Amino acid sequence: MTTEVIMPQLGESVVEGTVTKWLRNQDDRIEEFEPLVEINTDKVDTEVPSPATGTVLKLFVAEGETVVAGTLLAVIGEPGEEVPEPPLAPSDGGVRDAPPAGRPDGELQSAPAPASFEAAAKVKVGDLGFISPVVARIAAEHNVDLTQVSGTGSGGRITKKDVLSYVEGGQAAPPWEEPGSGDLFRPTEEIFGAKEPARAAAGTLQPLDAVRTRIAEHMVRSKRTSAHVTTLMEADLGRVIAHRKTHKESFEREGAKLTLTAYFIAAAVEALKEVPLVNSSWSEEGIVLHKAANVGVAVSLGEAGLIVPVIKNAEQLSLLAIAKTVNDLGERARGHKLIPDEVQGGTFTITNHGISGSLLATPIINQPQCAILGVGLLQKRAVVIEGMSPSGEPQDSLAIRPMVYLTLTFDHRIIDGAIGDQFLGILVQRLQSWA
Amino acid sequence: MTEMTLIEGLRQAMDEELERDERVFIVGQDVGPRGGVFRATQGLYEKYGEDRVVDSPLAELSIIGIGIGTALYGMRPICEIQFADFIYPAFNQIVSEAARMCYRSGGEWIAPMVIRVPYGGGIGGGLYHSQSIEAFFAHVPGLKVVVPSTPYDAKGLLKSAVRDPNPVIFLEPKKGYRLIRGEVPEDEEVLVPIGPGRISREGTDLTLFAYGMMHHYAMEAAERVAQEGIDVEVVDLRTLKPVDRETVLASVAKTGKALIVHEDNLTGGYGAEIAAILAEEAFADLDAPVRRLAGPDVPAMPFSHPLQDWFMLDADKIADAIRELAAY
Repeated sequence: MTTEVIMPQLGESVVEGTVTKWLRNQDDRIEEFEPLVEINTDKVDTEVPSPATGTVLKLFVAEGETVVAGTLLAVIGEPGEEVPEPPLAPSDGGVRDAPPAGRPDGELQSAPAPASFEAAAKVKVGDLGFISPVVARIAAEHNVDLTQVSGTGSGGRITKKDVLSYVEGGQAAPPWEEPGSGDLFRPTEEIFGAKEPARAAAGTLQPLDAVRTRIAEHMVRSKRTSAHVTTLMEADLGRVIAHRKTHKESFEREGAKLTLTAYFIAAAVEALKEVPLVNSSWSEEGIVLHKAANVGVAVSLGEAGLIVPVIKNAEQLSLLAIAKTVNDLGERARGHKLIPDEVQGGTFTITNHGISGSLLATPIINQPQCAILGVGLLQKRAVVIEGMSPSGEPQDSLAIRPMVYLTLTFDHRIIDGAIGDQFLGILVQRLQSWA
Repeated sequence: MTEMTLIEGLRQAMDEELERDERVFIVGQDVGPRGGVFRATQGLYEKYGEDRVVDSPLAELSIIGIGIGTALYGMRPICEIQFADFIYPAFNQIVSEAARMCYRSGGEWIAPMVIRVPYGGGIGGGLYHSQSIEAFFAHVPGLKVVVPSTPYDAKGLLKSAVRDPNPVIFLEPKKGYRLIRGEVPEDEEVLVPIGPGRISREGTDLTLFAYGMMHHYAMEAAERVAQEGIDVEVVDLRTLKPVDRETVLASVAKTGKALIVHEDNLTGGYGAEIAAILAEEAFADLDAPVRRLAGPDVPAMPFSHPLQDWFMLDADKIADAIRELAAY
């Protein structure tokens, strides 16, 4: 009895992934639940465990190859067992038992057997179902976002008629509108431009992985979408540092490593509560105000790019709970063990670019959010403290304070400078008065 | 206009060509006083005499050999093979001599001849009187392969075949000889060019490719599903070699779906050629997998009537395949 390892669907909208590394070779033994393969999707890197104990009989997908969910990745069984042929079309995701070998001989069928015909109709490409060549062509020619077309074919497939009546109904997307994401048939020119890729004369070409491609696409789209404006303030973190020093150990007893990031999140959440317009998204119908403050925190993965896990409902969390969540998400992000839903649904983002020494930066908004907070390097700086002598005379002094530059980059479509400054001011105030 | 049967159309064509060109003559088993086993040549022996309607020995190799020899000599022979099932003894003559004559002699010698072949089953003929042979000959460069499905096309294509400078395999759906009736004009010459297919029913949902007897079942099936709201375009290919690629591609560009129907068994059958043309040249027009509905891959047409029905395609089976493809 062999067991097939199928490319799982790693999230609601995650329909394909890249096999980055096989952790077992062909003919290696593997225990059930032991990691078998590393998969990289446009959202996360993750490990897929073996669904069975046995020998890796065959690997069907090479490292670096990108496949849709449902694709046969490998077969686990006992040495000598026959390896089933990979199906031409991927079926639903998940792991399943090998189908019985062939159907019994006997009846000779004319034409293609209906069974195989139906199987072809069930081919899934993401949520759209099977996209036939002619549908893909018409969609490309008319810039149709196929996610907007309702299918009437077998299994809800979008037929030629469906896409044609959509086009004739004048509902085709204007050319500048965002193409449907995850759409395998999206013309690449829309993303990369039709021009030849620029290549230095004597350089080498570094292939794009899913993360790089995704980041590039997202950044350019965000720049094209939002009216980016950045405002800058600085904060004295003296009180935060003191608070952290006092509470570090008690937090540790609770199982949380208290980092400055937790303070920035907590302060941002309070500012979001006071200025709810910042916790929002632009839509053509109006500005969508989000109830929950889902705060994303950018985590660098070095050369492998970066990832933004999201702390969901941060407005309901204590500093301790925030710290614990940040620890957990950060660790799993670096271990490539996040699940896609943990990087989706953010309403506000914080990026701590100071970690790499940057004093101040103007990050790009994480679409479809309104704003992103950039946290610079924490640095002791000489600051003028305005004061008064006991006699009431102005008496300023020079002090050495732990200072940080904070930038708020916001979408000027949604808020104006005064609102942005109000938000950032509240955030700074909260940090400086931490108790 | 006169309504006539398929075989009457064929007979008229031969009559007119014998009349028109004295180089034309008929050779085959029992084609003379007997008028042929299907009476296709009835009356022609009496009208044109034993030099122009020639009874041959019971040897297909010899019928085709006579045809090739007289064609090289300048005659225009019409060779009748009594049943397609009996053509194999002459296979070597047709494939190695007739088909290649022009090419191997650098155009110095040609073999203009028509080989009339009643083919197909559904007539209780069993193993030796039911076969479909088009795939063998459609494969051979140097031959033309023609299959009429109506009396008009039968007459017009046979006359064109007689005048064609190439050897033409002229396949006659014998089940339809007396079953199929149609209008043929009396007062004008009927000539149908070899090559073009014919859109015999316009539709938008899918294209049904057929020829010979299957074309009639295809039309019947198309009418039946029309009542269910499925709008089928039917193309009567008429000439299998050279096939009318333009019509094939234009129709599928319109409908996005193709169903190819033939009575001959599936594997290596003529439908594969149409499917391959579509895969190569119409890929971006396809909205569904190209489908073939064909006879089963068994060695022979069964003699038993229920088994013959199982083997043969009919309007029911075609309608089912249409419904399945339309729903895709």
